[in-house]
Amino acid sequence: MIKKRAIVINSKDNVATALDDLKADQVIQEEVDSLKKNIKLNQGIPFGHKFSLKEIPSGSPVIKYGEVIGTASELIKVGDYVHVHNLKSNRGRGDIK
Amino acid sequence: MSFLGFPRPDGQVGVRNHIAIISTVICANDVTLKIAQQVEGAVAFLHDQGCCQTPIDLNQVTKTLVNLGKNPNLAGVLLVSLGCESVLVEEIRERIAASGKPVKTLSIQQIGGMLPAVAEGSRITQEMVIKVSTIRRETFDDSHLIIGVKCGASDTTSGLISNPAAGAAFDLLYDHGGTCVFGETTEFLGAEHILMRRAATPQVKKKIGEIVTRMEQRAKMMGVDMRGGQPTTGNIKGGLTTIEEKSLGAIVKGGTKSIQGVYEYGDKVTKKGLYIVDSPGREPEFLTGIAAAGVQIIIFSTGIGAPQGFPFVPVLKITGNPKTEKYLSDHIDKFIKLPEEGENTIAQAGEEIYQEIKAIASGKKTKAEVLGYGQFSNIFTVGPVI
Repeated sequence: MIKKRAIVINSKDNVATALDDLKADQVIQEEVDSLKKNIKLNQGIPFGHKFSLKEIPSGSPVIKYGEVIGTASELIKVGDYVHVHNLKSNRGRGDIK
Repeated sequence: MSFLGFPRPDGQVGVRNHIAIISTVICANDVTLKIAQQVEGAVAFLHDQGCCQTPIDLNQVTKTLVNLGKNPNLAGVLLVSLGCESVLVEEIRERIAASGKPVKTLSIQQIGGMLPAVAEGSRITQEMVIKVSTIRRETFDDSHLIIGVKCGASDTTSGLISNPAAGAAFDLLYDHGGTCVFGETTEFLGAEHILMRRAATPQVKKKIGEIVTRMEQRAKMMGVDMRGGQPTTGNIKGGLTTIEEKSLGAIVKGGTKSIQGVYEYGDKVTKKGLYIVDSPGREPEFLTGIAAAGVQIIIFSTGIGAPQGFPFVPVLKITGNPKTEKYLSDHIDKFIKLPEEGENTIAQAGEEIYQEIKAIASGKKTKAEVLGYGQFSNIFTVGPVI
């Protein structure tokens, strides 16, 4: 068996999480909308960090665990590293008075 | 789908058949421990509470001790008191005895100190152990299972592997008509809106919001903003970007089903389905709260390795971290391996955990039980010690 390189926790997710330190230009096969797709990574992705499975326009939700984990603060392309530089929380500030 | 459990007079089903020696107050702990060490088949419940506290906390301690005593894994209870504590020992005895199990009391001041207390307590417990040793396991269907879940000493693998796997096991139990209990209100922050969406009724939805706000306000009184600093710098380094993502990684261990109710800390869960118990995340208080809720077994998902169990509730320790599985193998019951290509590991692991729960329910021992790890517990309180 080949070790899986990334995990998609819920079929609604538009990001995957790396299960290994992945390199830029590496091609990862993942199921996206029930179709097997080859995703070429645009940057290196450390273990436990996320990359995009789909193009996510700026202002659109980023989904993991089948739920919204925040909003894209810029256009995220397929295979892009997704972290604090392009994903912002919708919660956590000012929503509890 | 069935398991082998111990029938109890009130219709509950135990997965263990212990006699618990329960301290009603911190001052009785030394005697309680000695009796439990002396008598095979007895377990001690120790804590730091029971006296010199505000009425709110004394009520919470009383309720928790009562519901611990009612836990189905206990065939009988000996309450050990000092004699002058604030909690009312006779009230606790009566309320536990209402479940039909034998409950005895012993006062250290009344009997003349530690030595006669240990001797008399050991005699009482010896008799109770022999008496309940004739109770036989019987077949019960899975809807009699009531299981808790917890995560601790978490790492990146927790949110990716072991917590989702625990959640998958919870979903299976829910589908089999059983009862699932989770808590750790602190971890709901940033994902409370998602839990609220899963509430079965508008009242439950409101209550979830309330317990999160209450917990946050308690921290604010101490000058701590629990939300602002999340996720931590270490979390961000590990790959977590937002508080939503961090909290989802924790609450995923509670599965995906509709939430039927929210209980206060120390309350007993009496209905089937998925429930929240308002509780802190720290192990000694959390495990006690969920044992008082009446769970028979606790699934405990860990990343870098949390060793503790609980005196009378088996704790099934799972990890998705291969290093922890190797270096802390004395404490890990089940390794959830990282997926390989083409596998749906989470669903498969959920099924494996479910089968392991049933094995433990029918008598298989956990590592923490065998090592006796988890002797020192506590009860969650909110006010000052006076």
